[in-house]
Amino acid sequence: MPEARAYGDVADCLGDRDFQLALWILYELHYRGFEGVDDAAEWDPLLLVSRAGLERTMEHAVRELVASTDHAPPALEPDSDPAPQVVKALVQMTIGDGVSPVATFLRRRATREEFRDYLAERAIYHLRESDPQSFVLPRIDGAAKAALAELQYDEYGGGRPDRLHATLFARALESLDMSTDVASYLPDVSGETLASVNLMSLFALNRRLRGAAMGHLAAFEATSSLPCEQILRGARRLKLPDAVQDYYDEHVEADAVHEQLAIRNICGNLVTAEPELADDVLFGAAACLAVDSRAGQKLLTDWQDRRDRKPTGSGRAEAAG
Amino acid sequence: MSARRVTVEACPGGPLLIRGADEVVSDDGTVGKVERSVVAVCRCGRSDRLPWCDASHRAKRRSRKKDD
Ligand code: FES
Ligand SMILES: [Fe+2]
Ligand SMILES: [Fe+2]
Repeated sequence: MPEARAYGDVADCLGDRDFQLALWILYELHYRGFEGVDDAAEWDPLLLVSRAGLERTMEHAVRELVASTDHAPPALEPDSDPAPQVVKALVQMTIGDGVSPVATFLRRRATREEFRDYLAERAIYHLRESDPQSFVLPRIDGAAKAALAELQYDEYGGGRPDRLHATLFARALESLDMSTDVASYLPDVSGETLASVNLMSLFALNRRLRGAAMGHLAAFEATSSLPCEQILRGARRLKLPDAVQDYYDEHVEADAVHEQLAIRNICGNLVTAEPELADDVLFGAAACLAVDSRAGQKLLTDWQDRRDRKPTGSGRAEAAG
Repeated sequence: MSARRVTVEACPGGPLLIRGADEVVSDDGTVGKVERSVVAVCRCGRSDRLPWCDASHRAKRRSRKKDD
């Protein structure tokens, strides 16, 4: 029996697996639900109250994290048009100082087993890729809505079910004899990774946070093409099946398009239509960068710990170059 | 066919977004077949996937590929 924990015992909710798993399960009721669980549980008042409590704690922690890291968004000039300022800030915030350390590790050092770990960790999101953001469509309007629909259409395969990004990822998993059932990855996924997925649901399912949801999307898309190219090279180095390469190959080109759509056409137009969302958009982008970089750090630390524990293991600290 | 709209949208510091085209030919004659509803065509010349943009325009320094 796992030990029961009280809500007040949670010191760092963004790295707390129990906390994040509880929130993930409550969110899942809004996506696909669970076999053997009544679908009406989605709107069960007690569950909604529980979810609201967890969300308040999570949002507070994310705001603190953003304020305390170097991912804090720039302040906007109050006397000039916010939309171009937001576009410019999003570009600057996402240029960063290089490719993600996780992508570099996968390209140069990861063993086959570590690459599989990575896919397993990311499966929680990629098997449901882009679903959170679809909840935002009815909450925005005009040019921003048209642009979000255009981006989502591409994520959902551009009319071809076999090109749904979630399906491409499932095929990558299958090619390595890995499960395509999200639930099978839950026992091992880190609290940090669950937090990065829950963050998208938090923003997308609360209409109040629609600006943050779109800022998050912009930061996510704009920091994807270059890492995907690195991961693709790692997959080639390890001679992983075509299906694995196909997923990352698709994302180099797709996310180069999505970067523009998300920053300019979605966030730019959203802030033009609703200028009061400008700060939320930047907060969402900063939150994406801060929370995702924590999840990346956690992955790297875990890999290093495992290598340290079995020093004779293959590929220790060797760069494949 | 005749009702089809082809549009080109310039993204400052980045690619051109093209909607409705069938193919894009790059400088060196490579023909890129358009396979999505919006494509991003590189304008900076740094892409490894010309004619398409691969987001290399946002890499601060170009790290020349050492591993392929
Ligand atoms: S414009 Fe994006 S790589 Fe050249
Ligand atoms: Fe995608
Ligand atoms: Fe994307």
